[in-house]
Amino acid sequence: MAPHTGQLKSATKTVHVRNLVRRFAAKTILDGVDIDIEEGQFVALLGRSGSGKSTFLKALAGLDHDVEGTGTLDTPDNLSVVFQDARLLPWRTVIQNVTLGLPGAAGQEAGRKALAEVRLEGREAAWPNQLSGGEQQRVALARSLVRQPSLLLADEPFGALDALTRLKMHDLLRELCARHRPAVLLVTHDVDEAISLADRILVLDEGRLIEDLRVDLPAPRDHGDPRFASIRTQLLSRLGVETPGRRAA
Amino acid sequence: MATIWDAVEVKTPRQSSRETIHTVPSVARPGVSRRRRRLGPGPAIPFGLQIGPALLVLLWVTGSALGWIDPRILSAPWTVVEAFGRLIEQGRLQDNFVTSATRALLGLGIGLVIGTVLAVIASLSRIGEALIDGPVQIKRAIPTLALIPLLILWFGIGEGMKVTTIALAVIIPIYIHTHNALRGIDSRYVELAETLGMSQKDFILQVVLPGALPGFLLGLRFAVTLCWVSLVVVEQINATSGLGYMIDLARNYGQTDVILVGLVVYVLLGLVSDGLVRLLERRVLSWRRTLAN
Repeated sequence: MAPHTGQLKSATKTVHVRNLVRRFAAKTILDGVDIDIEEGQFVALLGRSGSGKSTFLKALAGLDHDVEGTGTLDTPDNLSVVFQDARLLPWRTVIQNVTLGLPGAAGQEAGRKALAEVRLEGREAAWPNQLSGGEQQRVALARSLVRQPSLLLADEPFGALDALTRLKMHDLLRELCARHRPAVLLVTHDVDEAISLADRILVLDEGRLIEDLRVDLPAPRDHGDPRFASIRTQLLSRLGVETPGRRAA
Repeated sequence: MATIWDAVEVKTPRQSSRETIHTVPSVARPGVSRRRRRLGPGPAIPFGLQIGPALLVLLWVTGSALGWIDPRILSAPWTVVEAFGRLIEQGRLQDNFVTSATRALLGLGIGLVIGTVLAVIASLSRIGEALIDGPVQIKRAIPTLALIPLLILWFGIGEGMKVTTIALAVIIPIYIHTHNALRGIDSRYVELAETLGMSQKDFILQVVLPGALPGFLLGLRFAVTLCWVSLVVVEQINATSGLGYMIDLARNYGQTDVILVGLVVYVLLGLVSDGLVRLLERRVLSWRRTLAN
């Protein structure tokens, strides 16, 4: 497994990755990925299934214990992960889940504030399986932000939710990130979600980054905006998806 | 009014393009609610668990009253109750009961702690597993009765030996069920704990042990009845006090009713202990939504 170098990161880079290689069995999943993420930058990572998105996120999170590989990987110690399943401990109440690992009264207070931010105040004593899918994911968001992380890693966090809930969660995430300003890496397969939320969009294909796009659209991002549509078309073609009316000549 | 449900054209690859299939017209029947047939057991019967033993007692009472049961083979229930009263008056039942209960509960407590600690070590460390699991399986294969002569040799015949024997027996179900439950903890929760940067201690106390609680409580149910059973076994060998001694004495004097008093006490201890653990289970595991709730 690649060692963390422990060197000083460059001044504003929250994440610094150079030549990251990850192999699983005989297959190379990540084939030399280079990326820097600035403080407070919202980055979305798109890719087809099998492109290596989850492997990359796991590597950043430090969760790839049994995967071999090389490369330089600098991430902040204070990072949080939001998974596709809310991953709440079913034997702990909502507030206990949010403050997991945070001791003392200060932790409790922070937990209550975080729950209020995701608009679940009053549900502190509920059990996770009494909540809907969207509510559970909101608790997971509260848990991830309660420690004021420098980096938020989100692995398709809204993939399991219905379309309407997903839109509300986009708004919530935007609000939370505007307030707390962590650097964010959002892994998603949803191109619209990426354009709607991110400042910068990466496309991963067969373990390599093939696109690195800045999104300068003003907030709130309008799906009907022609610039939105052109970015979407560009990304879809990088992902190998044909869009009607725009076939390559 | 014809609706789309009245007839549906279905063409399958097997059929020619000319054939159609008409479904049975499906019109909602008034007043009949369409619910799926329930497959689970449904809501609990109040006092359901006590019904079985109560029926047995009823059988006993009826059998003795109607003369079907020979009082020389099995004393009538009222004879046993009389003997109960007598023994309580003499103070013999209480003294022996306290002695026995102390032995059993001490053995249970010690076995519980050791069994749990061994299970945690064996689950969280490969070296621990290598060192602990094998010897536990070996002990498991040896019945307590067969082990007793050896234990007498090593520990004598005092209270210490009795408590040790019970503790050794109790370790097995606690270890096996707790170890199994610990190993079965979803690795996604382990990942979660790692991303939260939890200390090893917090991880064990907040994620691992509570996650293994259902399995642990099942082990506790076995342990709690086993401690009384082991008590019986251990008290059969040269007891000079306790319920086993009281039963042994009664056997010597042919006092069937006193023997039955002793057995009834054992049965009550076993049933009450199991019932208490199940109650604990219901409280502590109220967050679960399973077939049982």
